[in-house]
Amino acid sequence: MEGLFSLSGAVTTVVILLITVFLFCEGLGLFKSSAVEKGYVLCVNSANPVNSLKSYDIKQIFDYEIENWINVAGDYDKEITVFRFEEVFDRYSEDELGADYNLLPEKLGEIISSDAGIIAFIPEKYTPKNVEGVKILKENNISLSDFFAGSEWIPTATPAPQFGVLPLITGTLWVSLFAILIALPLGIGVAVYLSELAGERMRKLLKPLIELLAGIPSVVYGFFGLIVLVPLVQRVFNLSVGETGFTGSVILAIMALPTIISVAEDAMRNTPRAMREASLALGATHWQTIYKVIIPYAASGISAAVVLGIGRAIGETMAVLMVTGNAAVIPATLFEPVRTIPATIAAELGETAAGSSHYQALFLLGCILFIITMLISITAEMISKRQLNKGL
Amino acid sequence: MKKILLITAILLSVVYIISAQKIKGSDTVLPLSQEEAENYMKKHPEAMITVTGGGSGVGISALLEGTTDIAQSSRKIKFDERQKLQSTGKTVKEVIIAYDALAVVVHPSNPVKNMTREQLEGIFTGKIRNWKELGGEDMKIIPYSRETSSGTYEFFKESVLKKRNYMNGIMSMPATGAIIQSISQTKGGIGYVGLAYINNNVKSINISYDEGKTFTAPSVANALNKTYPIVRPLFYYYTIDNETIVKPFVDYILSAEGQKLVDKIGFIKVK
Repeated sequence: MEGLFSLSGAVTTVVILLITVFLFCEGLGLFKSSAVEKGYVLCVNSANPVNSLKSYDIKQIFDYEIENWINVAGDYDKEITVFRFEEVFDRYSEDELGADYNLLPEKLGEIISSDAGIIAFIPEKYTPKNVEGVKILKENNISLSDFFAGSEWIPTATPAPQFGVLPLITGTLWVSLFAILIALPLGIGVAVYLSELAGERMRKLLKPLIELLAGIPSVVYGFFGLIVLVPLVQRVFNLSVGETGFTGSVILAIMALPTIISVAEDAMRNTPRAMREASLALGATHWQTIYKVIIPYAASGISAAVVLGIGRAIGETMAVLMVTGNAAVIPATLFEPVRTIPATIAAELGETAAGSSHYQALFLLGCILFIITMLISITAEMISKRQLNKGL
Repeated sequence: MKKILLITAILLSVVYIISAQKIKGSDTVLPLSQEEAENYMKKHPEAMITVTGGGSGVGISALLEGTTDIAQSSRKIKFDERQKLQSTGKTVKEVIIAYDALAVVVHPSNPVKNMTREQLEGIFTGKIRNWKELGGEDMKIIPYSRETSSGTYEFFKESVLKKRNYMNGIMSMPATGAIIQSISQTKGGIGYVGLAYINNNVKSINISYDEGKTFTAPSVANALNKTYPIVRPLFYYYTIDNETIVKPFVDYILSAEGQKLVDKIGFIKVK
């Protein structure tokens, strides 16, 4: 029997470890994949001095934001002609390309060598090889700075998807931070009321009601947020959009409240009767007893409540996905749309090709989320230990 | 939600692995495939077809792994997905089963009626930011987009934005219903939805692809007579070696009876 228990413990630990390893393995693969979409290469005319391009510059070129080579290739003053692979079918008929497209590389070679300002985005398979006038750009891998310092999250941009996670990380922290700022005073207030001030009947009525709130599925909260809270926020603050970080924070605060209240209340009620009575016997008022004795005594429980609340806020997906507008910009105020990490993973994983760089980027986002929550738990653990000694 | 769908899909595929044809993929095509499969099974009681969603990408990667017989998709198969399929020695066949038209919608109180493709491109790439520039009120434009995972997102980008990227930090909504909801409560909002989703809470815009010479209202009739420009095909993909198994069902969809259902669901017939 004992063996059975230790076995189940061992199995659980191993499974959790394996999941973590899998997460990191998939995610870190991103830095080994090319900044250009898999299976494709970029070619330029060989008169062009450029040898490789930064991922962001490629995106700007293909969006027609950069229109002259002088902006990216030193002193090469030529207009950029953007050429996408499909355009070859507008220039040549299927017959001219030969059976099974075997003449395609040759034709692409002609196109590229005849235009000095061209940048062509073509499949690797049909790349003109050893053709005079064609230069294949060296492929860079996605770099750490592209990922962690990039401020644009456009994972489906072709040819160079942009995986800047800065807006997502800041969005997640921003929404969670304000959710906790709203939920914490409210939650502790309710917990104090329930454990110290409310009568027995009131408490028996309220506690199950609050715990019921924790059982409502998050998608229901999201729906409520979209229908009720979004228009309300828009009207009250006179904004042009109601889907803002603030709306998300409020929803998350409501969702985190039941956890915070019930854990904090349990902690406060666990204060020994002897301590309360000692405090009252020394002449302290009821209120003084609450904030000088009971709250310090329950500090570890309260910080556990905070951690659980933050955990719920940071990892929450569905409700946030529905009310924050999901715009991937680094938030400057609370009243603009934000995009969080969990919402991004949930919304995008369904359509990514397995093993693609987008897929790996989403796994890496999962790793980041994992690290953030781990850091929070460790900090909370440390804080609660320290306060426990002080309180006694 | 996706996870639940995925788990259901896995469970279902385990249960039906021996006896059935499986269709998997795009959520846009899902209601059509379900309706078609139901009617087909009524006529052919021996047939067993299971339809699951998850997204176009999910369907195509399931086809790659051989866990589905047909992948339903609202976008064309990507080049490297096709390469991957070919590298396993299979040839993939593509069938267009219906068309879907996209309508551009705004808040009902918005006075703007017509827009050209170039104006739409300006709005969604962030060049045009105020309704004043389009002859409307002095009000900020709030463009709503679908999530990047959606086939609709890709198609709109290809057709209307001419492959330019959406502006950085565009609002992206997880579902068409959410776009309708948001636009109906945001005065400066603009977004795109499938034709079948239009209702009285939003106003659809007449579109011109010829620089403002003719503006066409989004409707099934206009999509059928090819005057409405933002129309996309919906695909079925299957591998040639599987053709004998899936052919009868695909033929049924393309038959007059199957196409009647296409019309009923709110898509546009192939013929």
